[in-house]
Amino acid sequence: MDDIDIRPPAPAKLYLYDISTSIRIRSLQRLRAIGFPIAAVLVALCAGAALLAINGFNALDVFTVMIGGVFRNIHSITEMLLIATPLILIGVGLCVAFRCSMWNIGAEGQYYAGAVAATFFGVHLNGLPAPLHIVLILAAGSIAGAAWAAIAGLLKIYFNASEIVTTIMLNYIATIATSYLVTGPMMEAGVTYPQSTELPHALRLPILLPHTRLHIGILIAIALAVIVQAFLFRSSAGYALRVVGINPHAARYAGISVRRSVVLAISISGALAGLAGAIQIAGVDFRLYQNISPGYGFTGIAVALLAYNRPIGAIFSGILFAVLSAGSVLMQMNSQVPQVLVFVIEGMVILSVVAFGALGMRAGRSAV
Amino acid sequence: MNTEIFLKMENIHKRFGSVVASAGATLEVAENEIHALLGENGAGKSVLMNILCGVLAPNEGSIVFKGAPLKLGSPREAIQHRIGMVHQHFMLVHNLTVAENYMLGQGSPLRLIRDRSELCDRIRALSDRYGLDVQPDALLEDLSVGQQQRVEILKVLFQGIDVLILDEPTAVLTHQETDRLLLLLRDLVADGKTVIFISHKLDEVMRVSDRVSIMRDGRVVRTVKTAETSPRELARLMVGRDVLMELPREPVECGQVVLSVTGLSCNNELERPAVRDVSFEVRQKEIVGIAGVSGNGQSELALALAGLLPAKSGSIKLNNKEVTGMCSTAVRRLPLAHIPEDRHKMGIVLSLSLAENVILHRYTDPPFATRGLLRFGAIAAHTRELMRQFQVKASHEDVAIRNLSGGNQQKLVVARELARNPDLLLINQLTRGIDIGAIEFVMQEVLRQKVAGRAILLISTELEELLAVCDRIFVMFGGRLVGELPPDRGRLEELGLLMAGNTAEAARLAAATG
Repeated sequence: MDDIDIRPPAPAKLYLYDISTSIRIRSLQRLRAIGFPIAAVLVALCAGAALLAINGFNALDVFTVMIGGVFRNIHSITEMLLIATPLILIGVGLCVAFRCSMWNIGAEGQYYAGAVAATFFGVHLNGLPAPLHIVLILAAGSIAGAAWAAIAGLLKIYFNASEIVTTIMLNYIATIATSYLVTGPMMEAGVTYPQSTELPHALRLPILLPHTRLHIGILIAIALAVIVQAFLFRSSAGYALRVVGINPHAARYAGISVRRSVVLAISISGALAGLAGAIQIAGVDFRLYQNISPGYGFTGIAVALLAYNRPIGAIFSGILFAVLSAGSVLMQMNSQVPQVLVFVIEGMVILSVVAFGALGMRAGRSAV
Repeated sequence: MNTEIFLKMENIHKRFGSVVASAGATLEVAENEIHALLGENGAGKSVLMNILCGVLAPNEGSIVFKGAPLKLGSPREAIQHRIGMVHQHFMLVHNLTVAENYMLGQGSPLRLIRDRSELCDRIRALSDRYGLDVQPDALLEDLSVGQQQRVEILKVLFQGIDVLILDEPTAVLTHQETDRLLLLLRDLVADGKTVIFISHKLDEVMRVSDRVSIMRDGRVVRTVKTAETSPRELARLMVGRDVLMELPREPVECGQVVLSVTGLSCNNELERPAVRDVSFEVRQKEIVGIAGVSGNGQSELALALAGLLPAKSGSIKLNNKEVTGMCSTAVRRLPLAHIPEDRHKMGIVLSLSLAENVILHRYTDPPFATRGLLRFGAIAAHTRELMRQFQVKASHEDVAIRNLSGGNQQKLVVARELARNPDLLLINQLTRGIDIGAIEFVMQEVLRQKVAGRAILLISTELEELLAVCDRIFVMFGGRLVGELPPDRGRLEELGLLMAGNTAEAARLAAATG
């Protein structure tokens, strides 16, 4: 019409392909990846301090007792790392599911499935050389966890059932089935306490530090974090999975199978949760109990969120939540702070992580 | 004639980030008329009306209503001024009854429960007055889409409005329901209401409106009296871009048939027939255009050809090989590149970098990936090369594509698709939402591709764009190809008639001009 702009095309801007721009973008991304979680934790700790103050405790003293207690000596540090191991494994797995927009709330159940499978193959299989048997136990745990998670994935692609609902329901089935197994079919003969037969000594995971309980599980967790990070960001399959998570329409347009990616993502996260359960059996508990997880599957969600779904970040957030968890016991013992108050602080960390997460996503969208 | 201005929106600007949705639109509506707002998808009609009903706040501009300036902070304030809107997606709660839906947001819930029977009576009375046949006790989810729409209209009337805005009310309706709705609009005006209705369907605009404002690119380009215009003129006002360069074209000899479509039919997402018995061929070194007002099945045709929508019947052959009903992952291996209609929804992944967007289809192919791992060096080098060739303005290939302007995003999409070296290039809306400089650039590139031997199918709602590059133009209306014309500016009238669905008149014109 009368007012349409017909300017000649503007001259192209200078292309800044130099290495410095690349470094600048990368370092900006890295700063955000580290800065936001730290800020979230600080906010939560401040809120926690205020809460302690209201209840008449000196927050600084309490935190000192807590941190000092956890890092008191080698023994206390290794005990904390024993908690960190399943948290990191589960958190790393959930990074994969969340990157594909599969909201797997079922790591708890997948962990139980892994523990049950590991115990079964540990107790009922004889005659294998020990190292091979250990590998088999861990593999069985991973496969059981993956299969348990895949149920939710398949229900999603065939019936469009929300994975949030199905994974929560599968949690109940897994925990209740475990109770049934240790009070029935898998119960140790001749005892009244609901527990399975103990794994043979040879099947225990190698100890990393003599005179502590710290086993090689933590190394497995860290190695898997690095591998999964590479899978997500450096492999073709990981790329496809991320595209499905961000824009399923674009994925379909590109000929990426949305269904396959969705099932793959939740199965990987289930496999890692199942592996965490198997490692717990072969490294710490050596037998199956009713309550083998103090909610690792749920804390794992916070671990992944705090890491902004970056597997390597999950190493650090996993350790942080392990410190909080180990510290809470010490706090109750040494400062008479009720342990529930620590749960409140943990809750606040999660809340502020989510708040900063939304912020991070927005910032991430505009610049990463 | 009333000298006082009833309703005037002046110089309305609305931006969403870098996207300009309304670019100084000015609209004047007279009291007690049916005013149609006509325009293509993305022309800014809905945005303008959402501003008028208080859902969106404009960045600039003013509204004058009944002689006084109007500033709206929320839809509630608009309703207090007696302006109400029926949105394209109904604002109704499915598991509540009609009466319960009307209660929402209507003051104290306790009082409403007490007055329930009175409310039902009032609903029935109002429903009878306009013959709407709305039952207050019916559960929403049991109603058909047409019935739900009447519930929604009655809900707005129930709030006592004078100005009723309807956003594409007929998009979801059957033929009979549409007739009924148009009659209702007439009744409302007879009752003293003012109606503004958004549409891109020419026939209903002609049938029911008193005046029509045509929107394009976020502006109202013309307001005409319906009695003094024709569907042909409206079609041209709607889709024709007036300023377009003459692109130099050298005659080339067409080669073999690349795409052959026979008797293709398919349904849209709502399982309604969208493409009906469509047949055509595209050969090497040929650009075939498909013109039409949007919503006539072009989108579904493009998706079906790209393997993203199942065909109900008919066949699609590519290089003489049957590709109908192919699985979605096999599509990636076809010698076909597709520039999709909706860039943001489908063509790119906004939060990924330019480099990551460039490998969208080729993330498993060497040299971008070997042994399952992405090769970032090769990807970056390829991305930079495309950025250079297509003059994509971005500081770095690692920047998220979200930060680029629409034109630069589209240039990267075009660059990516052409780099796949396709035999067939399927383009739906080449130039939508991009600036004039980028338009010229991508159109010249398309012409170059033709000379290089590719077969090109260009689906567009921009007539000028089609005339500038196509060798043949089909017109699509109501899911069918209703005519084929050469790209001859002299036959614009015929094109306009075909696009308006007036096949008989077009044939007469064609016969007359020989």
